[in-house]
Amino acid sequence: MGKTIAEKLLSLKSSTDARAGNIVIASVDLVFVQDTTGPLTVRQFQASGFQKLANPGRTVLFIDHAAPSPSSALANDHLLLRDFARQTGAILSEAGEGVCHQLVAEKYARPGDVIVGADSHTVTAGGLGAFATGMGSSDVAVAMGLGKTWFRVPETIRVDVSGRFQKGVFAKDLILHLIGQIGADGASYKALEFSGAGISRMPVTERLTIANMAVEAGAKVGLFPSDEKTKAYLAAQSREPDWQPIAADADAAYEKTLKINLSQLVPTVSQPHTVDYTAAVTDLKGTKVQQVVIGTCTNGRLEDLKTAAGILKGKTVAPGVRLVVGPASRSILLQAMKAGYIQALVEAGAIILPPGCGPCLGLHQGVLGDAESCLSTANRNFQGRMGNPKSFVFLASTATAAATALSGEITDPREVL
Amino acid sequence: MMLKGRAFKFGDSISTDHIIPGRYAHLRSNLPELAKHVLEDADPVFASRVKKGDFVVAGNNFGLGSSREHAPLVMKMAGVSAVLAKSVARIFFRNAINLGLPILICDTDKINDGDELEIDLASGAIKDITNGNRLTAGKIPQAMLRILDEGGLIPYIKKHGDFKL
Repeated sequence: MGKTIAEKLLSLKSSTDARAGNIVIASVDLVFVQDTTGPLTVRQFQASGFQKLANPGRTVLFIDHAAPSPSSALANDHLLLRDFARQTGAILSEAGEGVCHQLVAEKYARPGDVIVGADSHTVTAGGLGAFATGMGSSDVAVAMGLGKTWFRVPETIRVDVSGRFQKGVFAKDLILHLIGQIGADGASYKALEFSGAGISRMPVTERLTIANMAVEAGAKVGLFPSDEKTKAYLAAQSREPDWQPIAADADAAYEKTLKINLSQLVPTVSQPHTVDYTAAVTDLKGTKVQQVVIGTCTNGRLEDLKTAAGILKGKTVAPGVRLVVGPASRSILLQAMKAGYIQALVEAGAIILPPGCGPCLGLHQGVLGDAESCLSTANRNFQGRMGNPKSFVFLASTATAAATALSGEITDPREVL
Repeated sequence: MMLKGRAFKFGDSISTDHIIPGRYAHLRSNLPELAKHVLEDADPVFASRVKKGDFVVAGNNFGLGSSREHAPLVMKMAGVSAVLAKSVARIFFRNAINLGLPILICDTDKINDGDELEIDLASGAIKDITNGNRLTAGKIPQAMLRILDEGGLIPYIKKHGDFKL
C-alpha cells in the first residue's frame, strides 16, 4: 500500500513505516515562535532544564504580532525574545521584517521539512510540501530543546482540484468554499492534501493562501505536492537547491476524496462569527462596512497588492471607509513600491502598515469600534478577533476586499474587474 | 483521582479568542491579571464566579483557533479542574494535556449549567450528582495519558529527558 504525503514525510523523519494512526517521534527541521507565544515558550524551555537549542540555526524568533510594540508590556516581551536569541544563537526576525509564515515561506521552509511553530497558521508552509503544524508553547519549547516532537500520523482527506478559476475568483474563495462545505471541524486531527490539474497549474503564492487556512477546518496540516511550481517559487527566493520533488503515491489510502472544480467556484465570504459560515458574495451585496483590511499571512503577498492596486488605481476609497493595507514582508513591500502598487493604493486613500500581522488579531493598527463591520483578507473572524467583541468581521479575497473598499459595502469583484 | 465541582456550561465553537482575546496580549507575561479575563467574551461573569475544582462543560470544537497555550493555562489558574466537551480542537487538546489539564470527551447535552459533577479521572466515569445522569468519557490516547500522568509535558521531560511514548 502506498503512502499519502503526510505518511511519507513522517516516515522519513521518524525512520519508521509511518501509517495513519501510528504515534511517531519525528525530527524537526525548523522550529519557530512569534512574539505573543514566544515568551511563554522561552519560560517553558527554561523550566524544562534545557541549556541550549538543538539547532540554533533552524530556530527562529519572529517579532511580528505586536510590531512595532503598542505597549510597554509587549515591548518587554520583545526584550525577552532578543535576550534569548543572544544567549542561544537563535535567529531573531525583528519588527518590520514581516509575518512569520510569509518569512518561513520566503527564507526557511524546504519541501519535505517537518516544521513546528507556536502559531496555528504554521500550516502555511504546507504550500511548499512541508509537514508544518502549529503547537503550543510547551510542545515548541521541547522541540527547540530536543530537536524532535511526537505526532499521531494523521488520516488524510484528499482534495482533488480540477478546472480553472473564472475571472474574479481566487485561491481564497476555494479555501473559504471548502471550509464552508466541511465545517470548522471538518478536517479535525486530519491532513488535507491538495492535488489535481487545478493544483498543478497553481503558483505557490496561491497554495500558501489555501494551506494557511487548513487549520480553520481543524486540520493538522494542509499539504501540497512539491513540483515545478515549487521549484520556481524557491528559485525566485534564490533557494532552488532547497527543492526536492514530493508527491503522494498513486495507491495511497485516503479517508475520503473531495472534488472541487475551480470553474464552478464564485467569490465567497465568511460571515461573523465563524469561518465556516460562508455565503456567495452576491448574497451579501449591500452589507455596509467601515473598514477593509488587505494583508496578513493569508493575503498579504505581492500578487494581492497587485490585484488591489489594479482595482483601486485612479479611484478613491468610499467615504467613511478606512482601507488598511499590510504587506506580509519587507521584501513584498519593497517590490510593491518598485511596481507602483503602493503609490496607487496610497493615492486611492489606503493606510499602509508596516510589514507584520497588523490588525488581524485585535492588538493594534485597526481595532474596530462598537457595531462596526470590517471586511478582511485575514483568516479568522471569531467574535472579538479584531479587538472588540461588539464588532463584526467578514473574510474574503483581496479582489472582494478592494471592490468593497471602493463602494463601502460588500461588493462582487466581478463588477469592477 | 476524583474531581468534584460545578459545571459552567458553554455552547459550540468556543475559540481561543473567546478564552483569552488578542486585545489582552499585553497581559500574557502577567498571568494572574490575564486570568481575570478568562472566557470573558463567552461569559462575562465566569471569571468572577468560577471556583477551584469547577468544570468547563462545552459543546463541539472547544478551543478552536490560535495555538496560544495561555488559554488552557489561565483556565487552570482560574481553578478549572477539567474540560468536558463533545469535541475539542487539536491544538487546544494537546496544550491542555501538556499543562496537566484533563479533557473529557462526552455527551455534554446531559449536563446542565450549575450541576454538581463528580469525575473519576482514571475510568472516565462522570456522575452528575444534581440530575443523576451517569456518563463515560472517551479514552484519551495512551501517549497523552503518559504525559498527563506526569502532570504535563514539562514535568514529563524533566523526569524522562526524552519522549518515551
